[in-house]
Amino acid sequence: MITPLSPASKAIPTESQTAPTLLKDNPMTTITASPTPSVQDSSVIKTKRSSTGKVRTRNVIQSEWIKFWSVRSNYLTLLAAGFATVAFGMIFSAVASDGQAPGPAAFLTNPVDVALGGVGLAEMIIGVVGVMVVASEYSTGLIRTSFATVGRRGRVIRAKVAVVGSSVFAVAGVAVTAAVIAGQAVYAGTEATVPVTDVLDVIFGTTYYLTGIALIGVALGFILRSTAAGIGTLVGAVFIGPNLLNLLPDSITDYFLKYLPSEAGSAILTQVTTPDQLSLGAGYLVFTAWVVGLLACAGALVQRRDA
Amino acid sequence: MIQVTDLTKAYGETLAVDQLNFTIKPGIVTGFLGPNGAGKSTTMRMILGLDAPTSGSATVGGRPLAEHDQPLKSLGFLLEAGAVHPTRSAHDHLRALAVTNGISTARVDHVLQLVGLSEVAKRRSGGFSLGMGQRLGIAAALLGDPEVVMLDEPVNGLDPEGILWIRHLLQNLANEGRTVFVSSHLMSEMELMAEHFVIIGQGRLIQDISAPDLRAMAAGDSTTVRADRLDDLVGLMQNDGVEITSTDRSTVSVKGVTPDQIGRLARDGGIALHSLVPEQRSLEDVFMSLTADSVQYHGSAPLEMAA
Ligand SMILES: Nc1ncnc2c1ncn2[C@@H]1O[C@H](COP(=O)(O)OP(=O)(O)OP(=O)(O)O)[C@@H](O)[C@H]1O
Ligand SMILES: [Mg+2]
Repeated sequence: MITPLSPASKAIPTESQTAPTLLKDNPMTTITASPTPSVQDSSVIKTKRSSTGKVRTRNVIQSEWIKFWSVRSNYLTLLAAGFATVAFGMIFSAVASDGQAPGPAAFLTNPVDVALGGVGLAEMIIGVVGVMVVASEYSTGLIRTSFATVGRRGRVIRAKVAVVGSSVFAVAGVAVTAAVIAGQAVYAGTEATVPVTDVLDVIFGTTYYLTGIALIGVALGFILRSTAAGIGTLVGAVFIGPNLLNLLPDSITDYFLKYLPSEAGSAILTQVTTPDQLSLGAGYLVFTAWVVGLLACAGALVQRRDA
Repeated sequence: MIQVTDLTKAYGETLAVDQLNFTIKPGIVTGFLGPNGAGKSTTMRMILGLDAPTSGSATVGGRPLAEHDQPLKSLGFLLEAGAVHPTRSAHDHLRALAVTNGISTARVDHVLQLVGLSEVAKRRSGGFSLGMGQRLGIAAALLGDPEVVMLDEPVNGLDPEGILWIRHLLQNLANEGRTVFVSSHLMSEMELMAEHFVIIGQGRLIQDISAPDLRAMAAGDSTTVRADRLDDLVGLMQNDGVEITSTDRSTVSVKGVTPDQIGRLARDGGIALHSLVPEQRSLEDVFMSLTADSVQYHGSAPLEMAA
């Protein structure tokens, strides 16, 4: 006979003193003794079928919201990015002298820019969150479940964009505002500090940029379907690449460098633009085009490819 | 009901699925069998609308699954048991799936209880054993209280008690009138579970056969006989078209005479029979010989095959 495996079974009399083959005709003998509730106890059938609606975008966004906030690393990483924005901004501001931040932020001269010196780190962390949210579904195979339960794949992409976008926008908005206030409060440089209300455009631009970077991460996750490839491309092509290209002679880089996402983004991050940057309006336009373009590319690939 | 029509899938040079035709009927458990690489998972992915067929079609209740209003309520499925984010809890995972199709949280709790995971539902699913992961996958398949349940290798990693449990679960689902389609590469797992078998090899349909018909195929055409005065009995049986081979001094194997004829001959000759055993192959043997030509990945040790 098959010995019931759970200790609990001892309390329950079974009549399965026969050969295992007989269990087929005796379905409720040993099975009742299992730690698993028997199938008959709690019928799978619900006599009244639940509402026969449709899958709506709202439902899918709700689902992605649950997914995003039920993975601890997602919100810890987001909080870390927010913390880095504020903490590094305060450090840079506190040690700024002669209107200049020290070390890697030395090119920043304006007190608001100095206070936002932590954004360079935060953008990498946030971009990685965007990649991870998507690529982890590919590595576990969950993406197949997501696509099959929703039916239309475009909805899954749009819902992820909505959830990652709104979450990052909220966290980044708070962190950037806090960094400007706190940074200027401890500012040790010589320039005059600026009230927050005078730099709302910079705060919005920076928040917009960080949100866009997260969405570029989402797009790369769908396009490359792998965490390693996604993060590698993001860091290499978006963050480090332009810095390396900057080493080339200006005569070459003048033509295209300013159109890369990070450089176009830099035009909306600051009030003080240099001649080799795009104008504020063009910066928004080009940066937005990158984000939308990459997401559209992701959408087209996802529709065409086997999941 | 699942209907597959001329379904074909090529991955580059490999024909993973080749002109498959079958219909999976409601009310019974249908086993989907084939050796490793036969194309079972690929077929299921096409039924789910995840992989696009190279040609042909697969429908659920007459329509492609992606066209159903709430796919989870039409077809519940298990593809890969590990398809969950490791740090997300079972409860959050199911809740995220449920909301897409307008399924209540009460139903989530119900299926968790049904598969015996209620107590660990709030823990990170990365710590689950293989069998618990399988149970979570089955819970997801049952979420939408679907008419059709399709499971890819659900028995993998389950202990004997778990196998018994899933067998009864699936039989109950079928008794409730649902369509139950379950894949495996082991006949021994399926033979007590399924009433019908679809057997494929190298992407092609080998048999679409009811359990009784398959058992009939397992009946051999020879009888093993042990008797007193075996030589005299052999003399009585000797006839045109009768083939007698001696296994050892007191045993012969007889083809061309039925067991009851042998019994009568022995009685008439006054010979005491010790045993009279009609040959009966196991379903596993039948399955092995059916798919022998299409097994792609042979082990190095010679396989012993009946017939
Ligand atoms: N995405 C893919 N790209 C290329 N080849 C693939 C892909 N998916 C499956 N194949 C090939 O198609 C064939 C069928 O694979 P499939 O996974 O459907 O078999 P299976 O019957 O599920 O096998 P198993 O019992 O091992 O799970 C195999 O030869 C496999 O290598
Ligand atoms: Mg498979």
